[in-house]
Amino acid sequence: MLESELAKIKDEILSVSGVNPRKCMCCGKCSGTCPSYDAMEYHPHEFVHMVETGDIEPLLTTKSLYTCLSCFACIERCPRQVEPAKLVEAVRMVVERQRGPQHLEAENVPGLIDGDMPQQAVVSAFRKYRK
Amino acid sequence: MSGEKHITYSYFPGCTLRNKAVELDRCARVSAEALGFTLEEVPDWQCCGGTYPLAKDEVATKLSSVRALASARDAGHSLVTICSACHNVIKQVNNDMRTDDSIVQKVNNYLKEDKISYHGETDVLHYLEVLRDVVGWDTVKAKVKKPLTGKKIGAYYGCLLLRPGKVMQMDDPENPKILEDFIRAVGAEPVTYSLRNECCGAYTIFEDKTIPAERSKKILADAEEHGADMLVTACPLCRYNLIKNKGDSKLNVVYFTELLAEAIC
Repeated sequence: MLESELAKIKDEILSVSGVNPRKCMCCGKCSGTCPSYDAMEYHPHEFVHMVETGDIEPLLTTKSLYTCLSCFACIERCPRQVEPAKLVEAVRMVVERQRGPQHLEAENVPGLIDGDMPQQAVVSAFRKYRK
Repeated sequence: MSGEKHITYSYFPGCTLRNKAVELDRCARVSAEALGFTLEEVPDWQCCGGTYPLAKDEVATKLSSVRALASARDAGHSLVTICSACHNVIKQVNNDMRTDDSIVQKVNNYLKEDKISYHGETDVLHYLEVLRDVVGWDTVKAKVKKPLTGKKIGAYYGCLLLRPGKVMQMDDPENPKILEDFIRAVGAEPVTYSLRNECCGAYTIFEDKTIPAERSKKILADAEEHGADMLVTACPLCRYNLIKNKGDSKLNVVYFTELLAEAIC
């Protein structure tokens, strides 16, 4: 990807997230408190650092976009109000809004649900895994 | 309720309380009547979407919440929610409509055709907040006919009821007590454990079932180690994940309204 394209994507991520990664003081609390830490390739503090330094290409294809739980733990506990989950969401938006192949296709849903699963799970997955 | 005034609230049940979590809804309604308030369902409500749209430029995904909020305002009521997800989404969208001029303008542009103009006038209350702040724990206690004496119950808040604390403003997000006070009010003993406000894995069942499986096992084991006989929650997805991934844990997971109805009805 050209550097100029990456710079545009970085601007888009910063604008969509409303996050200022320069406020980060690298304490690591976001990743330390992340309940999905073991399921993430890049962790919340890495999102902050990689967006700030423009190392964005690896973030566009990482499974971490889909294993973030949006549980607001890193948002609540960041002592500098950087709010890393908003960056994860903004990167996910950049990817999902391309309307390429959706991460979750509707026709695959019946195979993934069981009779007890609450509707809440399906609507949340639709909001997170497709656009 | 000290003044004995019967209050009517607008009520947003949400998709799951109409389907897989009918007991969460039914027990809430019968208990409300026993405690002196009525839940009047918002006409033609639409699903909140389950997760709050975190991206600052999202507009369409907030409209269903705004329609419900405007409907409650027009009825002259506060809006009551029960499901943790509905509460989180609607309360955060309401905050946007109070604080974010750009979102307010875009949302109201969309809703012009519906003749809706909304600026955050409605107060959003979780059912637990109605119990604590309007009814009062003492009144709940006084209405208990069948106290749940001897039961050791762990409150499972999960992630959505409390966070982000500065918007949700329900309780201290790191050291909450609203559910523990509820448990005491119905005559049981609350059990405090450290994972009570950590996420169960939520919607990642669609991505990798091992995530909610691992999360749920840890939460159940933590509660069990601290002596809980059962867990109580307001969230259908938390309940589902915890029960599905129960393994050999003996803990049952019930909705808080089921306990309430059992105790007072």
